[in-house]
Order: sequence, then structure tokens, then C-alpha cells
Amino acid sequence: MAEKILDLQNLTKVYEGNTVLNNLNLYVRKNEFITLLGPSGCGKTTTLRLIGGFETPTSGKIFFEGQDITNLPPYKRQVNTVFQKYALFPHLNVFENIAFGLRLKKVSESEIKERVKKMLALVNLTGYENREISSLSGGQQQRVAIARALVNEPKVLLLDEPLGALDLKLRKEMQTELKKMQQALGITFIFVTHDQEEALTMSDTIVVMNGGTIQQIGRPEDIYNEPKNAFVAEFIGESNILDGIMLDDCLVEILGQKFRCVDKGFNQNEPVDVVIRPEDILVTRENNGKLEGYVENVTFKGVHYEMIINSSEFHFKVHSTKMEPVGTKVYLDVEPENIHIMKKVK
Amino acid sequence: MKRQAYSIPYLTWMTIFAVLPLFLVLFYAFTTKQGSFTLDNLIRFFDPLYLNVLVRSINLALVSTLICLILGYPMAYIISKANIKARNTLILFFIIPMWMNFLLRTYAWMTILERNGIINKFLSLFGIKPLSLLYTNGAVILGMVYNFLPFMVLPIYTVLIKIDKSLIEASYDLGANKLTTFIKVVFPLSLPGVISGITMVFMPSVTTFAISRLLGGGQFTLIGNLIERQFINVGDWNFGSAISIVMMAIILISIAIMNKFDKDKEGVNLW
Repeated sequence: MAEKILDLQNLTKVYEGNTVLNNLNLYVRKNEFITLLGPSGCGKTTTLRLIGGFETPTSGKIFFEGQDITNLPPYKRQVNTVFQKYALFPHLNVFENIAFGLRLKKVSESEIKERVKKMLALVNLTGYENREISSLSGGQQQRVAIARALVNEPKVLLLDEPLGALDLKLRKEMQTELKKMQQALGITFIFVTHDQEEALTMSDTIVVMNGGTIQQIGRPEDIYNEPKNAFVAEFIGESNILDGIMLDDCLVEILGQKFRCVDKGFNQNEPVDVVIRPEDILVTRENNGKLEGYVENVTFKGVHYEMIINSSEFHFKVHSTKMEPVGTKVYLDVEPENIHIMKKVK
Repeated sequence: MKRQAYSIPYLTWMTIFAVLPLFLVLFYAFTTKQGSFTLDNLIRFFDPLYLNVLVRSINLALVSTLICLILGYPMAYIISKANIKARNTLILFFIIPMWMNFLLRTYAWMTILERNGIINKFLSLFGIKPLSLLYTNGAVILGMVYNFLPFMVLPIYTVLIKIDKSLIEASYDLGANKLTTFIKVVFPLSLPGVISGITMVFMPSVTTFAISRLLGGGQFTLIGNLIERQFINVGDWNFGSAISIVMMAIILISIAIMNKFDKDKEGVNLW
């Protein structure tokens, strides 16, 4: 396991009586692409601002390579930030924006030229040195902001929803490019987003946050396939969340039907949350003895159809490449490993 | 068609009170008393006697503008850093004196500065002989700074509070401390406000005649006093108009120079 570069210990932040961050513990490994994911107000941006030094925690400590940096001002930290709205200096041109950090470090003029040129090549903006910021498109400004941060060769790069203002196609392109840059440069990226797809695409590790606390930390596959609670399940991808009763190890009752599953260790007859992904529901016309329902609604989504199937008044969301017309009587089944059982959150 | 009708009152107003007077001034400036065309009025102004008046006016205006900038920028900066409630109160303090009559405020300074005024009475308590404070260049500059300082503070303040906070954070993030951030980010971004401030203080300073007459006692003739005298005492409207034209040319040139600096046209011009 690679060494820890950043360690957040018991971080709490209270704003005017509101606890926006509640006893957060998190460490970041070297060269990791870690994403803080959650709805707005979950504390992800606050966490990033604490790491950047723009806020100080109400309590708790931040360690950078073993050193306590909790009260260090931002200009003394070896991290750089790509801001949500880019925050490029409007009075400077592209070259001077990127050179800003280097000039402060008293890097020689010839080296500045060389490094800025290299950065512009990296972000595909060669030849844009003398352009004014206001003459650039959103995507180009985004690239300049990334270049301005990366040219300082920070050990950790913080990215605060940097792709939020871009259109879908550009966003997809930038996702791939950012991931490539991170791997090529070997810099730790801490990325904040509310877009679960973005998080799944780019991250080595995802930290799902809600209400100022961490809900789950894990690899994208684990977060998607094994969500720890109903919040994570609902936030990451689409899902059907049902009330179930755990009859025995690996046996759960849903809507009056018994289903085999792979989860153990619950009390007998314990009420649980059952999460089933829409793509994991098998739809047949033959009676398989499982859940019976009828198709209420069908929407074409491109790759698949989305069907709403009503079974005992629960509206299942089902994704399938095969479409059943509205009103058709169908039977639903789920493979045991696709049934995710979670403890009910009090 | 109908919409254009709304502009008629304004056009009429502007024609009667702005365009017509301007043409009258131009007419008088380029004619003799008998009404025939001449350039003599303008040429007469380039006499060393009058040029000295012009130079003195510009000098005094430049000095008071500079003092306003040195005093006004830190004030605007401090106010912009305060929290919203304190900010509004402080700005109100700057505006309230402007609600009082301009002449009244200037007369008040006379009673403070004069030989038997408050300052000299206070100094006499310590046995210091009365100083002649009134009717000096210093008194005129003081009057200008006092009266025109808000015109420097307000535009700078307006620009400062509009600066995006994330730009300042970005500067810290890239390794700049507070002072460097001010020099490299905040100050350059506030230049449009500084430029409007300079324009708005310099112009009334260079044309003032009330301050120089009350606080300067009329012994330092400024360009404003010169114009005033041509119309009121001498009755030479033609020469008075010619000086006005020269004045307007100087102001237009200074605006043009200022606008060169303010390339983004973000200034808060109240003119």
C-alpha cells in the first residue's frame, strides 16, 4: 500500500451553529485519484477548502506528509486548487495566469517560459499564450485553470467541481483527459463532484458523503455493487429500495415472496432495506413463481428501455434491452448476488 | 414610432439646456463684441499672465487629487473589508456631509482656519502665536480634498467589493501572501475605480472657483475665478467663453487619457 500523503483527523466545522462537517476521518494515499461525492451541502467542498487552507476547522487536525498543517495559511501549503468557476485573473493573459505561481517562486524567466509552454501543450492550448482570458470559451478557461495549478507541480491537486459548467460532450472529454494527466504526472488528485457517473469514471477511491459525514469509502466497483446503506445505493446509480424481512441467513422476504440472497449475519425476522439495481431485474412472460406485475410505463433511453413495472403496488424501475408493451403481465426475478441487503438506518 | 415620442421631452431639455448653451459659448469665444469672427480671444489666453493661472490651477488640482487618492484608497479598502452592517454605516458617514450645502461646508472651514478661529485659539492655549492658515494654497487644497474625497472613495469602494473572492483565494493558493496578493491581484483589478476616482476629483478641482475664493481669499486666481471674473466683473463674455473652451479641451483630453488606462471600461463613471 502506498504511503499516506494527507491525513484528516476528527475534522469538525461549524458555521453559525450549523455543523457542516461532523468528525470526519479520512486519509489519502500518494498518487491516488480520490473523489468526494455527495449532494450539495454534504460537506465535500468544505473538506476541500479545509485541505486548501481557505478555512480552518472548528476542531480536528490535518496532516500533510506527517506534518500538522491545520493552521498553515494556503500560500504555505504544497497543494494547488482548480476552482469551481476557474477564478482566472482577468487582468492577466493566459501566459501570465499560468506563470503566476512560478513568478512568486522566483523561477528564472527562461524556465518559466519552458514550463508554461509544456503545460499549454499538456492541456492542448499551444499558441494561446497571449490570449485574453475573456476571449476563451468555458472549456479553454477550464484548461488554463488546470495548467495554472499543475505548473507548480503540487503534491496534491484539489479540484472543486471543475467540470460543472461544461456541456456534456466536453465534460466527458475532460474526464478522460484529467484521468490521463493524473496518471502521467503521478500527482494525487482530490476531486469534488455531485455527479456520480463522473466519480465512477475517474476515481481510484470514492468517498460518499452526506450531512457532513462519510457514508462509505471504497473503490468505484465496491461502492456501486456493495453500497453500505440506502443513501449510497440511491445516490450511486439508480436503484429500487424495498422493505424486506430477513427470514434467515441468505433468505429474505420481499413483497411476500422469498428470495435467496448472499447476505448473512442479520437477526431472524429483522426488517432490512433491500436494494436492487434496475438492470439486475429479470423480466419474463412465463410464470416463474416469483413477483407478478404489469408494465405501467416504457421509456426509450438509447442503450436500453426503462420500464416501470407495478408489482403489489411497488413501482419497480427496470432497465432492459428487451421491451414489453404497456399493460403486459410479466414476472420478475433477481439473481441472489444482485440482491443487496442493508441494515435499516434509524 | 410611438416609443420615439417618449424621447421628445428629453431631447427638448437637452437641446435647450446643453446643446444651445454650448453653441452660445462657442459663438462668443470666436466672435468680437461686435459679432464678427475672430481668434483673438483664444490667442489672448496664451499670455503668460493667464497661462500661469492655468498652470497653478492644474497644479493645485493634481496635488489635491493625489492627496484624495492617498487618503481615499486605504479608506475604501478598509470599508470594503468590513462586514456588511459596518460597511453601510461607514459609507453613510461619507455621504451625509454631501447632503449639506457645499458653500456652508466651505464657510465652516473658514471659521476653523481664520486668525481667531478654532485652531489658532487652541494653539494660543499653549502660547503659540496665531498662524495664518486661511488664504493659503494649503487652505485651498484642504477645501478641495475635504469636498471631493467622497468622489474618490465611492468608485474605488464599488470596484473593490465587486472583486470575486475566489480570485484572492486563487492568489493565496498559488503561493502569494496577503501583501503580494494585494499588489498583484487586488490593486490591478481596482484600477478602473481608481481611474474614475481620479477623473471625478480632478475635474471639479481644476474648475472650482468657490473654494479658491473663500479659502484662498481671491489672492490666488484660479482658472475658475478667471472665468467668473470675465462674466461678472469685467463683462467680457467673449474672453470668458474662450477660457471655458480651453478648459473643456483640457478636460476632454484628460478623460481621453484616463480611458486609455481603463481599457475594460469597467469604471464607475458618475458623469
